[in-house]
Amino acid sequence: MKKVEAIIKPFKLEDVKDALTEIGVFGMTVTEVRGFGRQKGHKEAYRGTEYTVEFLPKTKIEVVVPDNLAERVVETLLRTAKTGSIGDGKIFVTNLSEVIRIRTGETGDRAL
Amino acid sequence: MKTILRQRVIVSLLMVSGIVAWMILGVVANGVMAQTTTEAPPATSAPAPGGTPPAAAPAPPPKIDTGDTAWVLTSSALVLAMTAPGLALFYGGMVREKNTLGTIMQSFIILCLISVQWVLWGYSLAFGPDKGHIIGGLEWVGLAGVAMDQPNADYAATIPHQAYMIFQAMFAVITVALITGAFAERMKFSSFLVFSLLWATFIYDPLAHWVWGVGGWVRNLGALDFAGGTVVHISSGVSALACALVMGRRRGYGKEHMAPHNLPMTVLGASMLWFGWFGFNAGSAVTAGALATSAFVVTNTATATAALAWMVGEWLYRGKPTVLGAASGAVAGLVAITPASGFVGPLSSIVVGAGAGFFCYGAVLVKSRFGYDDSLDAFGVHGIGGTWGALATGLFASKAINSAGADGFFFGNPGQLWIQFVAVLAAWALAFVGTFIILKVIDWTMGLRVTDEDEQLGLDLSQHEERAYSKG
Repeated sequence: MKKVEAIIKPFKLEDVKDALTEIGVFGMTVTEVRGFGRQKGHKEAYRGTEYTVEFLPKTKIEVVVPDNLAERVVETLLRTAKTGSIGDGKIFVTNLSEVIRIRTGETGDRAL
Repeated sequence: MKTILRQRVIVSLLMVSGIVAWMILGVVANGVMAQTTTEAPPATSAPAPGGTPPAAAPAPPPKIDTGDTAWVLTSSALVLAMTAPGLALFYGGMVREKNTLGTIMQSFIILCLISVQWVLWGYSLAFGPDKGHIIGGLEWVGLAGVAMDQPNADYAATIPHQAYMIFQAMFAVITVALITGAFAERMKFSSFLVFSLLWATFIYDPLAHWVWGVGGWVRNLGALDFAGGTVVHISSGVSALACALVMGRRRGYGKEHMAPHNLPMTVLGASMLWFGWFGFNAGSAVTAGALATSAFVVTNTATATAALAWMVGEWLYRGKPTVLGAASGAVAGLVAITPASGFVGPLSSIVVGAGAGFFCYGAVLVKSRFGYDDSLDAFGVHGIGGTWGALATGLFASKAINSAGADGFFFGNPGQLWIQFVAVLAAWALAFVGTFIILKVIDWTMGLRVTDEDEQLGLDLSQHEERAYSKG
């Protein structure tokens, strides 16, 4: 089983989610995060104080899929999350040693 | 445990002995000093509305006017709203989320604390029978002799004395609340309560007596302060500076981001301040008629101009107009027009407002160069704005607006500017020195600041064990 983690631009979330459901991914976890890579931050000013905010808001999506679906998930993410400008994000793929469904106790691929 | 108990016993003994000493002083002064006779002062909060009685008949005794009374009681409620929710939300939105409740609590609880202090001894010290031109006596402690059905002709001839008293109570309340902007996010709640009580008693009450009390020396000089440029704004603003200097900067100041967490809340507060300020300024006419109208008009005009001025200044200097700037500019205008509101005309008020917007914006800009952490710019807005307003009163006052006032520099009387300057100096001196002493005494006995860990955690949790915004 593979976990595919993607940091994407927040406004892309709906497109990505729809595309993933279409290829057979039935669950995901989404977190609001902040981060930066090569994308520049912005300035904010309050009275006499100026702040440079380097962290940008991003969205992290995590999906866990059987090994045979992982490549299609990555390709879908690349297709739907890309805008072409700096700050599109990154995808991380890791191996998982175990997955368990809490309600039933099922393990492995049957838990996905 | 034992050390904390000992500290608390010491502080309680100090406070009780302080109050007892003050009361003894009052009784002694009562006996020793002769009652001062009142010279005819220029009207500040009780101007004569102008009409001359027919030559043969004596002046009729003061009679309660329902219109005047309704207006003053309404104005009292408006000024209360300036503190809660006005100032509470204005300041509350500007601090970090973890300090929201702590900041709001300070304004709210001052309303409670000073309301009671005022009735018990504050009003008597501020407006009571004069003792040596520097303080009122204790004759009116507990509102003894302050009637609900008779006017006090010295202060407001057509409303019940208690109406005037409760109107003034709200002024005392907001003055103390304004200072909280200087020490936001780092003062211990218990020390803050003690500070507020001592400041109200030893700084506000005497200063109010000097400027507005019958027999007060600043009033006798002829200084003009219609609704509190010196008594409220210079006093709180300069005290704020003393607090910032004595208490030191917030942890992480200059490195950590300390941006406002809820600017919509701040704008809501500023709007409430603008709304309530009509009670503050127009209410200070203590009559419902021409003077109140004039004060209302110049208050609105100066405030609007100041907001525009700050916005334009910021736009030119930094490249973008900000919401916080517009709201701050408005408050600066409200501050500056306060002492002038019953003495200047609408066109003068535009100049007063423009000055407030530009000077106060400049003040908050240079703050960083001096390195002190006046967190919410209480000095920059109230100290500087109040000073400009008090001096501008000396420039633009006109007897055509208020015959019980005086003419200013531009209306043929340059001497008034000098009188205003003396009043400003007196307020600065009392506020700075007095606050410095009070702070040092509290610091030595109780400590002023929260611990580093509590400051990191935030006031809401460390002082009150509450969260402003629960997460689901």
